[in-house]
Amino acid sequence: MSQPLVIIGFCVYVVGSCLLAYFFPQSVLAFLLVEGSLLLLYYAPASDMAKIILGSLVLLVLLPLLGSVNAYYLEIAVQIGIFVALALGLNIVVGFVGLLNLGFVAFFAIGAYLWAIFGSPHANQFIPGGFFPLSPNWFFVFLILSIVVGALTGALLGLPVLRLRGDYLAIVTLGFAEVVRALVNNLDKPINLTNGPRGIAPIGKPPLFFKPWLEFFGLDIADGKLYSLYFYFLVLLIVFVIIVVTRRLENSRIGRAWKAIREDEIAAVAMGVPVVRMKLLGFAVGASFACAVGVLFAAKQVFINPESFTFMESIGVLAMVILGGMGSIPGAILGATGVTILNLQLLKGLSLWLNGLRQSGAVLSLPLLGDLSLANLPAQFEPAKYERMVFGLILILMMIFRPQGVLPSKQERQK
Amino acid sequence: MPSLKGSIGLDIALEILPQVLLDGIVLGFMYALIALGYTMVYGVLEFINFAHSEIFVLGAFVGVEVLLLLESAGQLSTLHPAVILLLVIVTGMVISGLAAMALERIAYRPLMGGPRLVALISAIGASFFLQDGLRLFESLWRNTFYLNYPTLEFIDKNIPITAALVIPVKSLLVIITALFTLVGLHIFVNKTKMGTAIRAVAQDPDTASLMGVPVNRVIALTFFVGGALGGLAGVLFGIHYSMVNPYSGFVPGMKAFTAAVLGGIGNIPGAMVGGMLLGLLEAFAASYLSLMTDGAFGAEYKDVVAFLVLILILIFRPRGLLGETVRESKA
Repeated sequence: MSQPLVIIGFCVYVVGSCLLAYFFPQSVLAFLLVEGSLLLLYYAPASDMAKIILGSLVLLVLLPLLGSVNAYYLEIAVQIGIFVALALGLNIVVGFVGLLNLGFVAFFAIGAYLWAIFGSPHANQFIPGGFFPLSPNWFFVFLILSIVVGALTGALLGLPVLRLRGDYLAIVTLGFAEVVRALVNNLDKPINLTNGPRGIAPIGKPPLFFKPWLEFFGLDIADGKLYSLYFYFLVLLIVFVIIVVTRRLENSRIGRAWKAIREDEIAAVAMGVPVVRMKLLGFAVGASFACAVGVLFAAKQVFINPESFTFMESIGVLAMVILGGMGSIPGAILGATGVTILNLQLLKGLSLWLNGLRQSGAVLSLPLLGDLSLANLPAQFEPAKYERMVFGLILILMMIFRPQGVLPSKQERQK
Repeated sequence: MPSLKGSIGLDIALEILPQVLLDGIVLGFMYALIALGYTMVYGVLEFINFAHSEIFVLGAFVGVEVLLLLESAGQLSTLHPAVILLLVIVTGMVISGLAAMALERIAYRPLMGGPRLVALISAIGASFFLQDGLRLFESLWRNTFYLNYPTLEFIDKNIPITAALVIPVKSLLVIITALFTLVGLHIFVNKTKMGTAIRAVAQDPDTASLMGVPVNRVIALTFFVGGALGGLAGVLFGIHYSMVNPYSGFVPGMKAFTAAVLGGIGNIPGAMVGGMLLGLLEAFAASYLSLMTDGAFGAEYKDVVAFLVLILILIFRPRGLLGETVRESKA
């Protein structure tokens, strides 16, 4: 097919799906079609330049426009962005270096609490002087700081565990994450550092430094709407930076060293790869991504507590990486998007639909089972609560049937 | 927080010591039973059966279901206590054992021979799947997934020894059942033909298969035995703590794995020793941490203690206290 035809076809599809999403803001399906446009673009037989231009049009113009109609779309997009960033971080550790990290969420938690403690009035409890909450401008300082803190904690965890063999390393990272969560959960005494299970609120949002400029151009957007657009672009920026960094790393000396270690550690040592240093670097880079996203997450949520940083989140991110394909950047993005959409939209949509059925009290006449009143469906049965089952199925099925993932990396494809 | 310094603290510490020891021993036996499942499977396959904690929870759920069925049939007060206990324990063990076998056949066997981490990831998936599978089943069947064990009159008693020490009959039940099982397991592994086959496969599967040992069947058998022990631990856990939910396996499972590593993975006596040590350590942490730190850190850190032990033992002595008995060639 000729390229202009592909581009025109794609534009028709995008405009059509956007119109659908615009006129049916309640429909999960319509928004799914919009999201699907990026996947379509990835596979479309067009030049890279055309793909980049079309993709940025969808991400930078169409989605924000849709989002200004229905803020829920932006909320979903931000969630997806956060998980994409996490999956890309874990992809470095699991995919490139080949170390199974089961406690990745710990770094996310450290980042989130870093900003939560100092960006809210909470820090006044143990630092006298009433300096807190810090002014919103500090948000960006903490974003940079979190990269450093993440890299340091990653290296700190990595240092003692890296000589363990693969499965033991996985269990130790799990233990580390559980210790971090238990500390966060219990350090409300003797000194109230984290406020324990009650969590911390209200956490400061990033500064609206561009508001005067918008007003200068005569754009007057309500703060709530402005914030959701702001977070959307912020997360987009962070994901963009992470993708660029990861790609540059992948094709550098470091990336090649990582993959050498993954494929055969002994051979890598023999070739002069500084294995320990490279593994540490992998741990640190992955952790710093997670930590930075954590800061953003805390600012977006306004309220955080230890519940958001459980073992299940670690496995969820792992499922994303494995679904997409270990070691594959497009794979991690696709996996994170797919799993997040599945959890946030499909399963929730299914739950709502079942609830609707239940309340309608309709009666089904089944040939063998007789009359089945839908009002009698157990109230406990809510697909949205079965995230673990989804993660579990993804992990088992992918490992058995397609261990290289949906979008395998180049090396895997060449095998 | 009242100050408990000096001699008063010591007095209290001494007074509650027998109770703490008893709690620790009960916990220790449960961890030992679960740890055996991890260690036996690791022995033959060199892989962490991450879903073993769910096999354990399955045992607890089977136990509560059997008791609830008996209760609704009105048999709970008419049948002989020994019959009830035997029924609950045997059903729990058999179903858990079969589930472990099915798990191996479906989720692990297709992956054996590949990289070890692939099977571990599949096992983590199986663990999550089973958690929500149990939740789904109980939600549809009972409309709740937090189940309480019905009270069993005949074991819901205490034997007072001194003012500070009362021995609940439940604890005795745990200790006696576990002791019998551990002795039975020891005889099974060391004196029977099937036990010899398990040890042979653990030592060297290739040679064992050349000697005519049906390796795959032995692996299935190992899963059955490990699963049954986990199921027994589940039933005892349920009876002792009276409640269970699909997610209550994770923490005991991790601790039992810690126990297995502590004793030396693949090492059957090691798992028993490790379980007992960890149980005692946890009981001591739960009771004395608060006393020792003047109330700054309390019983809520007992899980942290177990995880720290895991991390430290893996870093400083990954072969465990009694040494691991895993073949070197593949490790």
